[in-house]
Amino acid sequence: MKYLYVGATPEVERAAFGAMRDRVAAEFGVAVRQLELPAVDFAYDPGRGQYASIAVLEMLTRVCPPDGLKLLAVTGRDLYIPVLTFVFGQAQLDGRVAAVSLARLQQQFYGLPPNQEILVERACKEALHETGHTFGLVHCSDGKCAMALSTNVRQIDLKRNEFCAACSDQLRRRGKGVRI
Amino acid sequence: MKTHWQILVVDDEEVMCESLAAWLREDGYSVDTASSGREGVEKAKGRDYAIYFVDLKMPGGMDGIETMMQIRRLHPEASIIIITAYATVDTAITAMKEGAQEYIVKPCNPEEISLLVNRIIKVKNLQRENTILRKKLSRQYVVGDVISKNAKMADILRLCHEIAGLRSTVLIQGESGTGKEMIARAIHHSGDRSSKPFVAVSCAALAETLLETELFGHEKGAFTGAGERKQGKFEMADGGTIFLDEIGDISPKVQVELLRVLQERSFYRVGGSQEVRVDARVVAATHVNLQQAVMEGKFREDLFYRLNVIQIQIPPLRDRREDIPLLAHHFLERLSHEMGKDIGDISEAALKLLMDYNWPGNVRELENAVERALVTTRGTELSEEDFSFLASNGAAKAWKPPAGMTLEEMEKLLIAATLERSQGNIKESATVLGIDRSTLYEKIKRYEIQR
Repeated sequence: MKYLYVGATPEVERAAFGAMRDRVAAEFGVAVRQLELPAVDFAYDPGRGQYASIAVLEMLTRVCPPDGLKLLAVTGRDLYIPVLTFVFGQAQLDGRVAAVSLARLQQQFYGLPPNQEILVERACKEALHETGHTFGLVHCSDGKCAMALSTNVRQIDLKRNEFCAACSDQLRRRGKGVRI
Repeated sequence: MKTHWQILVVDDEEVMCESLAAWLREDGYSVDTASSGREGVEKAKGRDYAIYFVDLKMPGGMDGIETMMQIRRLHPEASIIIITAYATVDTAITAMKEGAQEYIVKPCNPEEISLLVNRIIKVKNLQRENTILRKKLSRQYVVGDVISKNAKMADILRLCHEIAGLRSTVLIQGESGTGKEMIARAIHHSGDRSSKPFVAVSCAALAETLLETELFGHEKGAFTGAGERKQGKFEMADGGTIFLDEIGDISPKVQVELLRVLQERSFYRVGGSQEVRVDARVVAATHVNLQQAVMEGKFREDLFYRLNVIQIQIPPLRDRREDIPLLAHHFLERLSHEMGKDIGDISEAALKLLMDYNWPGNVRELENAVERALVTTRGTELSEEDFSFLASNGAAKAWKPPAGMTLEEMEKLLIAATLERSQGNIKESATVLGIDRSTLYEKIKRYEIQR
């Protein structure tokens, strides 16, 4: 039996993490297991004050349990890839691991008062999005679909917390055993 | 419509190169990478990419500007985005002067790159759509536009090239939907008549008298309603080509007049007494077997020989199944553009289904099948289920032996059909039927089968 692992690094706020884990479990319909992950300090770039997501993904491939179909990591650190100022998350396309950063999903990042509901909503959408990539899905042209490209939080807020019919259909075909 | 477009990322820093490539792949593009300017130029020689991301500072004697200049020499219309970590006004000016479409400083805001890529792809899509529509509008096909890897088709295309410059009459025979008109247009547009008109007439669509005036025109007052003198299609095609489709359906009277035009290169308008001389190359096409029509007395023998100077027999699609994947992908690419759908591929299972189908309607039916599958599909590639309507068509047409037939009658028919298919070749027929030659000879004799 293969499991979809959802892991959190130590600093992650557990209520939001629990909601993400449950959302992924409900949407992908496979057995989900929770995993405690190490901190990602090794990926820190002092010049940028951010964490390299490629290094994080490399670590995840090493710690993914043998019975792990996929591993989705949740971190509170602000992730980046060299060419971009930041990423909300990153995944191995049609691969095994993905990571979501909660840093820029929080209202306080934009100087606004904290709002747990908004954070959870955004985090769940991004969890579906990155996990979708690991099943081979690419960005969807339907702006309301969880697989739509988001380059800012407004775009995340506009998306629905689910896949569109076409992406669900593709997941069914590609997922092999994943019930949606 | 991303799947058709390919992007090349050129950067000596592997992590930079791969991370940008991975990010673009998540967006649905197919992305290649190169770790030096030289490798980038080599890859650009192989194909033209929709967008080139080129890093400005690269070691090894070829920096971003030099790489860009060499790529632009290969593809003058290339969209090149220069990336740099060290932005100065000078480098930006140099890059833009040398033809960079954009200049971005890394790290770059994801929104900025996304908008940039979308803008360029939007323009590329419009350019491609424009080319497709223009071609469709003018239908100026040349021999190179015919898609096939079949040996018989290759011979046909070679022949088309050779005869494009001549004025000899051509007779194209082939089942409905095999592309007779496309071949006729290809012959016309590949020759020195290409700047002159190509006039197509469907002979089956018109009644005898109408066809006459359609082909030869009429004088003022030639018949009731002929208020003005009218030019016929032969006059319109002067200097060019006249394509007479479904020539097998024309009446004996029009056959005589056509024979005269082919012999004399001149004719009279309906109701006219003045001879009109034309220089129009005649390309005729038919789906019926003209030789048989001649034998049955339905078609004039002399006209047949006049038309049959150069004969082209287009094989049906079921006899060139190797072309099915090529054609299916061609239609997929064209139609997904026209319909604004982002469908990039056809699944293996679906291709197998297409290969196994019999295609009674030939290439036209295949085109329609791809269009129908595109309309109903929900995935990013056409699957077997999207073509399920073909299976039901096929099942409905599944052959059943007629009722009340004896085994002997059945055997006789099967032997006759096999012999006809092998053009009377006994050895081949015996192999197909699974019997030895002597048994076949004996059965032919017993059933009195004509060979």
